Amino acid sequence: MAMPASEIENLIRAALPDADVQITDLAGDGDHYAAHVVSAAFAGKPRVAQHKMVYEALGGRMGGELHALQLTTAVPN
Amino acid sequence: MSDVNARIGEIVNKNDIVLFMKGTALFPQCGFSSRAIAILEHLGVPYETVDVLQDMEIRQGIKSYSDWPTIPQLYVKGEFVGGSDIMMEMYEAGELHQLITDSGIAAQS
Repeated sequence: MAMPASEIENLIRAALPDADVQITDLAGDGDHYAAHVVSAAFAGKPRVAQHKMVYEALGGRMGGELHALQLTTAVPN
Repeated sequence: MSDVNARIGEIVNKNDIVLFMKGTALFPQCGFSSRAIAILEHLGVPYETVDVLQDMEIRQGIKSYSDWPTIPQLYVKGEFVGGSDIMMEMYEAGELHQLITDSGIAAQS
């Protein structure tokens, strides 16, 4: 059930075009990732809402096809 | 579906701090759940846990209850706070401690 990092990045960018996305493959197995997403679209939104925007971008893969994605979000400085 | 929502509602309203997780506080079955427990232990606050692996209805139901796709999930005073990533961000920023204090929940002595 692995998913390439580039696919995760593309899905996030498709929903949040301005996003700076950094993906780290934590275990080197294409299944455990950390993603850091920086987007102006997060401005003024609580963390739960920011994370939900990224999960929505991933279109229901989170918790299924994509088991382990450590997510951090931020607004550009 | 509405039955499971009612069950979850009762659990989150009956317990000031409750973590829906995979496994138990002593034996978490997933790294994310383990991290969530570590944060709660660091905060030294009383909390309840629900092992979703023991209850398929809650395991599915909790995701629609909060509209959040993953487990663990933390609730404080009936409100969904976030998963383990948000818990970690809030913990590091001191916000989780603040939220719990503001909710009138005292740390265990």
